[in-house]
Amino acid sequence: MHSSEHSAHHPALAHHFQDLDQQKDATWLAMWVFLGTEIMFFGGLFLAYVIYRSSYPDAFAIASNALNVNMGLGNTFVLIISSFTMAMSVYSAQMAQTGRLVVFLILTLVLGCTFLSVKYFEYKDKFDSHLVPGRHFDFAHHHDPKTGAILEGAHGGSANTESTSHEAGHSEKARREIQIFFSLYFAMTGLHAFHMIIGAGLLIWLIVSSMKGRFSKEYNSPVELVGLYWHFVDIVWIFLFPLLYLIGRHHHG
Amino acid sequence: MSAHVIESKPLVVEHKEEQENYLTAGYTLKSWFLTLDHKRIAILYLLSVTTMFFVGGIFASLMRLELMTPQSDLFEPDNFNKLFTMHGIVMVFFFIIPAVPGVLGNFLLPLMIGAKDVAFPRLNLLSWYVYIVGAAFTMFTIVSGGVDTGWTFYTPYSTSSSQTHVVPVVLGLFITGFSSILTGLNFMVTIHRMRAPGLSWFRLPLMVWSIYATSIIQILGTPVIAVTLMMAALEKVLRIGIFDPNLGGDPVLFQHLFWFYSHPAVYIMIVPGMGVINEVVTCFSRRSIFGYRAIAFANVGFVVFSFVVWGHHMIVAGQSVYSALIFSILSYLVGIFSAIKVFNWTATMYKGSISFDTPMLYVFGFQGLFLIGGLTGLFLAALGFDVHVHDTYFVVAHFHYVMVGGLVMAFLAGIHFWWPKMFGKKYPESIAKFAMILVFAGFNLTFFPQFILGYLGMPRRYASYPDEFQVLNVMSTAGGSVLGLGFLLIAAYMVWSLVFGKKAGMNPWKATGLEWEHTTSPPPTENFYETPIVNEDPYNYANRDFTKDFNKEVKLGA
Repeated sequence: MHSSEHSAHHPALAHHFQDLDQQKDATWLAMWVFLGTEIMFFGGLFLAYVIYRSSYPDAFAIASNALNVNMGLGNTFVLIISSFTMAMSVYSAQMAQTGRLVVFLILTLVLGCTFLSVKYFEYKDKFDSHLVPGRHFDFAHHHDPKTGAILEGAHGGSANTESTSHEAGHSEKARREIQIFFSLYFAMTGLHAFHMIIGAGLLIWLIVSSMKGRFSKEYNSPVELVGLYWHFVDIVWIFLFPLLYLIGRHHHG
Repeated sequence: MSAHVIESKPLVVEHKEEQENYLTAGYTLKSWFLTLDHKRIAILYLLSVTTMFFVGGIFASLMRLELMTPQSDLFEPDNFNKLFTMHGIVMVFFFIIPAVPGVLGNFLLPLMIGAKDVAFPRLNLLSWYVYIVGAAFTMFTIVSGGVDTGWTFYTPYSTSSSQTHVVPVVLGLFITGFSSILTGLNFMVTIHRMRAPGLSWFRLPLMVWSIYATSIIQILGTPVIAVTLMMAALEKVLRIGIFDPNLGGDPVLFQHLFWFYSHPAVYIMIVPGMGVINEVVTCFSRRSIFGYRAIAFANVGFVVFSFVVWGHHMIVAGQSVYSALIFSILSYLVGIFSAIKVFNWTATMYKGSISFDTPMLYVFGFQGLFLIGGLTGLFLAALGFDVHVHDTYFVVAHFHYVMVGGLVMAFLAGIHFWWPKMFGKKYPESIAKFAMILVFAGFNLTFFPQFILGYLGMPRRYASYPDEFQVLNVMSTAGGSVLGLGFLLIAAYMVWSLVFGKKAGMNPWKATGLEWEHTTSPPPTENFYETPIVNEDPYNYANRDFTKDFNKEVKLGA
């Protein structure tokens, strides 16, 4: 009942499965479970973010202002469109339209690479402005005058009545708190970018496989599974973008 | 698809045993190291976890030697720190966590559910290689001088003060974590999608339920420790502040994240061992399991509660007294699920036709020792008592009663029970019984004095101690020697039996279950000659005629 005669001898069917349906069910479940582990993996970082944002709300708001919202917003659109092209790839694979499948996969890959290039320029900018945590971290050198003013404003009030050593302590404290924001920023977006790079590798593999004509109406689960993964990585970004880029604006808006 | 199977006659084993089995399928190194057969991968795990067990055992022996005298004379305190750290890391991450799932789980899961293999054989082999890479990092750390942070890697010591090789070992554990995750994922999908016809959820052997529960914990918990260790490594390498208070971070956050995995990890260790007990206790009592569904759902209970009790590791570590109170109550509740299992195993034995073969002796050992380990766990869940014995040998004794008295006993029960299936040979029964007594006596002599030491206030992790603790410490060291001898003896006769052991036959224990009744020992590469069809509940011993020779024929179909 499960297996039609020809699917039992399909070249993509592994020997230990009864038929393609069982194989597809297994791989689907595995991908969903894998995405569950991914949620827990990112979850640790999101938890750290939640804890520190609630501990240091001002510093997080100030630091968030130093991020380039336009680049972040642009990248958000790039990823949403790439999710659309990925969905179209899956649809084309199911319809066995190999030509369209290849086109949509390439489009998805191009959009993914666009995202990563924008990310590269963002990182480079942070690196140049000493916003990478570590020994050379220096928020005061940050060239955005508006943010600098906010930094002083946020801690100048108490400095009037207290000694200069306290003032130094305050700015040191602010520096540390802002650095935590950037530590989390790089850890979270870096991990996300790493997933994008893996996704790009998977897309290249899919493009080659589909050009070889490996996918058909009855066997296309690799495209669907990479699709699931790709959408998951996009969704992570949908959470990252507001949490990292928009909180400052919201706070001071 | 099954119409033709029902008519088939049982297969007479004698003809089949001469045929190829999974061990004779290839003799080259390549046929082992590139194998996709779950049974061969199980053997690879058996070799690697046993090696790691003896590596960890050497560290334990050196520690016990140092603790013979009150002064720190054999090792400097710094080196003692490294000894207990490496002992903990090797034993926890490279022996206890992968032991039962990696060896028995890999070997048995497809056999027990009537499948040809796990759902993803390549991924299964990859898991083993990932484990080996992680182990290699750890071994590198050991030879290059070790780590002194304790297996818990508490920040800020691990990320800012410790001068030892924290980063390579943390990387090793990060990598090994993925082995655990991939194995869990593989087993979970296998149980969902690969069961033989007729094998519904409530006909599964309870071992399979245990592996399923373990897999869920591995899948949900392990990624959290992975990302936590990643953050700690980033902090150490790049000096970014996440946990270090000097950099604005919160060290208690590390503890929360660490124990969010590492408490559930305790259930990754013990639950598959409990699965083994179900199989052995029914076989040697000749009775169906008492309270099948209660035990099955107790596994689910473990999964849920394992994730909400981590705070009991942090009662004195700066969490609010209200959190401590709630974690304390929740920790008490976990005892319910352990109690369900222990009572049900006891009830299974009641009026059973009990025989005292070695696997069953280990079950008795498990029952008694796990009971002590579990009940002292309740002591520790009580806030006032925990403050008194926190970080003392009482805690050390408690978790060794669960981990060694529980899990290692269960692992040995399983290894002895399925040894004939794995290799087609019997181990020597009377030496095995003697070794079991050595292990049991040695274990109690090692760890029972530690309860007293801890209660009297001897803190853990010190190379020196006041003179009045010496008698108990010498007892403990003496026990450790007996325990070590027992383990060496087991390893020796198991290897001996591979060559000189008597031929086992397909079902020497007259046990129920697909792996015993439907295939030969050792099984062929694809496990079964025909896909079995299941039409009865597990442990249906009431329905077996024990005067029959169970080694004669393979049951085919229904």
